[in-house]
Amino acid sequence: MSQAETKPPRPVVEMLDVSITFGAVRALDGVSLRLLPGEVHALMGENGAGKSTLIKALTGVYTIDSGRVEIAGVETRFATPAAAQHAGISTVYQEVNLVPNLTVAENMLLGREPRRLNGIGAIDRRAMNRRAAASLQGLGIDIDPGSELGSHPIAVQQLVAIARAVDTDARVLILDEPTSSLDADEVARLFEVMRRLRDQGTAIVFVSHFLDQVFEISDRMTILRNGRVVGERRVAETTQLELVQLMIGRDLQVLERLDHAAHEASGEAVTEQRLPVLSAVGLGRKGSLEATDLTLFPGEVVGIAGLLGSGRTELARLLFGADAPDTGELTVRGSSRRRLRSPRHAIDRKLAFCSEDRKAEGVFEELSVADNMLLGLQASRGWLRPIPTATRSTLVKEFMTALDVRPADPSLPMRSLSGGNQQKVLLARWLITEPDVLLLDEPTRGIDIGAKTQIQQLVADLAEKGMSVVFISAELEEVLRLSHRLVVLKDRRKIAERPNRGVDVNDVLEIITGEPGGLAEKERADA
Amino acid sequence: MPETVGTVKALGARAMAHRLFWPLAALGALLVVNLIATPTFFNVRIQDGHLFGSLVDIVRNGAPVLLVAIGMTLVIATRGIDLSVGAVAAIAGAVACVYIVKSPVDGAAGTAVVAITMALAVCVALGLWNGFLVAVVGIQPIIATLVLMVAGRGIAMLVTGGQITTVNNDAFAALASGHLLTLPVAALIALGVFTATQIVVRRTALGLLIESVGINPEASRLAGVRSRTIIWTVYVFAALCAGTAGLIIAANTHSVNANSLGLWIELDAILAVVIGGTSLAGGRFSLTGTLVGALLIATLTRTIPNIGIPAEANYLFKALVVVVVCLLQSPKARAVLQRRGDRTPTSREEAVA
Amino acid sequence: MSAQVPTIETGVIARIARFSPPRRYLPVIGTFALFIGMFGIGGIRYEGFADPQVFLTLLLDNAFLIVLAVGMTFVILTGGIDLSVGSNVALSTLIAARTLELGLPVVAVIVVVLLSGILLGTAMGLLIHYFDIQPFIATLAGMFLARGLCYLISVDSIPIKDETFSAIAFGSITLPGGYYLGWTAVFALVIVAVAAYVLASTRFGRTVYALGGSEPSALLMGLPVAATKVGVYAISGLCAALGGLLFALYTLSGYSLHAVGMELDAIAAVVIGGTLLTGGRGFVVGSLLGVLVLGTIQTFISFDGTLSSWWTRITIGVLVLVFVVAQRVLTRR
Repeated sequence: MSQAETKPPRPVVEMLDVSITFGAVRALDGVSLRLLPGEVHALMGENGAGKSTLIKALTGVYTIDSGRVEIAGVETRFATPAAAQHAGISTVYQEVNLVPNLTVAENMLLGREPRRLNGIGAIDRRAMNRRAAASLQGLGIDIDPGSELGSHPIAVQQLVAIARAVDTDARVLILDEPTSSLDADEVARLFEVMRRLRDQGTAIVFVSHFLDQVFEISDRMTILRNGRVVGERRVAETTQLELVQLMIGRDLQVLERLDHAAHEASGEAVTEQRLPVLSAVGLGRKGSLEATDLTLFPGEVVGIAGLLGSGRTELARLLFGADAPDTGELTVRGSSRRRLRSPRHAIDRKLAFCSEDRKAEGVFEELSVADNMLLGLQASRGWLRPIPTATRSTLVKEFMTALDVRPADPSLPMRSLSGGNQQKVLLARWLITEPDVLLLDEPTRGIDIGAKTQIQQLVADLAEKGMSVVFISAELEEVLRLSHRLVVLKDRRKIAERPNRGVDVNDVLEIITGEPGGLAEKERADA
Repeated sequence: MPETVGTVKALGARAMAHRLFWPLAALGALLVVNLIATPTFFNVRIQDGHLFGSLVDIVRNGAPVLLVAIGMTLVIATRGIDLSVGAVAAIAGAVACVYIVKSPVDGAAGTAVVAITMALAVCVALGLWNGFLVAVVGIQPIIATLVLMVAGRGIAMLVTGGQITTVNNDAFAALASGHLLTLPVAALIALGVFTATQIVVRRTALGLLIESVGINPEASRLAGVRSRTIIWTVYVFAALCAGTAGLIIAANTHSVNANSLGLWIELDAILAVVIGGTSLAGGRFSLTGTLVGALLIATLTRTIPNIGIPAEANYLFKALVVVVVCLLQSPKARAVLQRRGDRTPTSREEAVA
Repeated sequence: MSAQVPTIETGVIARIARFSPPRRYLPVIGTFALFIGMFGIGGIRYEGFADPQVFLTLLLDNAFLIVLAVGMTFVILTGGIDLSVGSNVALSTLIAARTLELGLPVVAVIVVVLLSGILLGTAMGLLIHYFDIQPFIATLAGMFLARGLCYLISVDSIPIKDETFSAIAFGSITLPGGYYLGWTAVFALVIVAVAAYVLASTRFGRTVYALGGSEPSALLMGLPVAATKVGVYAISGLCAALGGLLFALYTLSGYSLHAVGMELDAIAAVVIGGTLLTGGRGFVVGSLLGVLVLGTIQTFISFDGTLSSWWTRITIGVLVLVFVVAQRVLTRR
């Protein structure tokens, strides 16, 4: 013990130069990670940075292509999650990986149930419940171990998952976004448990989007971007600003500079005169977004800035009727209704929505590019009114050229296209329906720089022609470059809204992190 | 010379990669086996202006399974399945036969037309019922259609009063045994429905929307596809196909036995669809594949007695076909075979999957 | 008078409302209430229906179905399905009849039958787990295979004349009051008890439930998913073989056309017994009750004499519908 205080303790886990490739994508590129006993280690990064892949590489879900993993100094390779668990590495995933149909105690002890007759007889339910109760109590969780897991809220299930992990005498506990569904009290309770475990010498990996929480609980952090480690820091010596800059990267590669000034002028003129095309008042949904107002004028680009988990995607989904809001009112072109019942409704009212999850919510991989492009229009017409062949080919040709989709063969299956070209096809799908409002959720994520520029240019052009756009992106530069007006979200709340005049990335970061900087002063001066 | 060999090889590889290669190869092999066992197997002759021969018989006898399989293909393409088709076929046969028997002019062609129309109308109602359970109530297709599978034969018996109802109506019997332009009517109906479906599915947007619902339900929803209408449409269509098949079977025997009419036809139909390369997971479908699958099953049924094995053993061969075809389509089995082939680990694919 | 009735009712309702068993027992309680209700109505309507012997005969007549439903319960609890059990029963009766005909001792006959059942089940389980073939298709293949093997053994019915078999078939234990219960029924009840113990009190049993709850979770929790998944199909195969032996005792014959469609009865019994077809919820006791409900419907119809046999199927269909829709509503909340 005294030794550990004097010398730096030996890492429980050391991952060295680990790489994983999926097809053509380098998900992890020479990543190293050191976990010390008795620390809370935050793993930070935006979507696609490689956090989940890293965790799955450590716990034996994925096989690594190159690099080494050492557990307590011994090189190890886990073939299955079970093997990792036996070695004392337990993981609690964001989506609770327990079985809802069994009791709390059973979930905690599945596979390790105490049995009568020295471990060969029947499962001893009473002993099982007793042991579970003791373990839960040790973590300060007060629930009946005999109750069914599914009858508890997700937050409690999350704690039970942690209790299960703890009960296996885990040396390393990985918590993958455990707080995303918890309220403030529950987070406090979780942190109490985490501190207790840390003090007992457990190494805890903590993944969270909530910066304040990360700074409250973590000792050290590793920051990932695009599958690479971009920093390893002690939390005490790091500011939120610095962290966010590392996470999103100051991508200074020169993108095509759009005419910022011209934008501002036109945006301003627009805002004052016309009726809003869409306005939301108090739109919200429990667990995803607090009541939020948003107004959108014709020909305007509203940029949504916010980190992952800030509610940026949730806002777009609520606007489109993809999720049902609990509260609020949505007015589309003057006709008020409490909510849109379905995407079908929204599309009929000339809304369009490009989801951030291209693969799961946008693309039909086995269908041809042309079919993918025309599906939105076809869905509106219904199956009995197919798009005439001539119109089909004209539309497809027009948009293939306009958006520069490559390879320029509309009969290819969608899966053979690169991410950027798939995104262009999805944009074309919506543009063909001639919407008034375009909701774009991360339209440029994971695509190459050329396609990115083209899409940005397209958004600017569309707005010029009178279309209203809600533009969501993790890249602040991009949001600032395109939008007339800026809405900042944090922790599922709108925290600021202002015209995009003289705002730069640092100003936005300061709004998000709440740390002092230029903009606050500027505003004071304005007032 | 080596170049031509290369081209032939490449062509061969491309043919083998085609998804109908293996079913067609199996069909060809079966025909060859038959030809060896009975050298006159391919002979077709015209007698009384009607075409006769083993090949004609295969198409004629395979008609009911083909019909049911056409409807099943569309249902499966939406990620569904319809277990009730056998029961629906029995109900359709029962309704038509009972109507004809009870009619005062039970031999008239008009009676047969009304009977057939009534039977098909009942099928539409049954299809709506299945579609309601799947699309509106949201019950898994396999469970939702199980209800009608269990109750359906009871309903058919209720209609027939538990009797084997025998009809004497030439117009009705012509559904199965009649000939038109030298060809058997049953085969013409099945091939006609096949062609019509193929045209409707590919000329309207139905095929595209069915595939979109089957490939990615969530993306379909966000793209504004009215999945409910699509699902309802395919279940009604499947019931109509099943009903037509039931009528043909009843016409063939001039009677309806509610207990045995169309028994296990759902399994044969699903088998035909799977052999034809349409995945049970939904998505892309191939009606042509289903046609090949149905013909393969019909040929198999014909082959077994032809080569001197008791007809009942065809179940064994069907089991064999199911397992082989499914293994050939299973990505995991393919991975195992590949690993045997080139000894390079493909753990990545598994990890991603 | 008019004032009194509602108070009693509200009193009863309040008491029922206050008693709230865990939700997972609700479907089984529902099935039990259904069974009791049907028996009650039968007892009121038909003379002799309420006689305990009617109930005991119900057990005897459905012994094989009870055992089948037990095996099916294991499979359905994991979220799978087994279509092969009916054919497997037929195959078992034939193997038994033929091996007896060949003069094998009874014990050997039983061993051979059970082994063939387990073998078929295991083979299907392996296909399902290791090659990702859907249970529906894999067991469909099993169904065809078993039926095809039947015809290979014999196309005609083979009578069983073995004395031990007859002795077991007609043997019964006498209960107080002069009632008797057939040995096969006793055996079926023993199987139910064993299965209930395995599911409730062994690690294997709990893993079965975990698989039905969420297979990816079970895998991430480090549970023996492969062994359990193959295991349930092996158990279903074993139960089908046992059911086949009971059916051979019941009919004293082996025949390839035995038990056609019996898989549907077994599935219906499991569903009516309150087991969720999507897996994870249900009890073998429920399946036993489900079989008894099916049997009672038949007894009802035979006692009535005016009702036609097809009402059995229609009623079963309606019951399946009611349970499926009710569970859909319950799980949606």
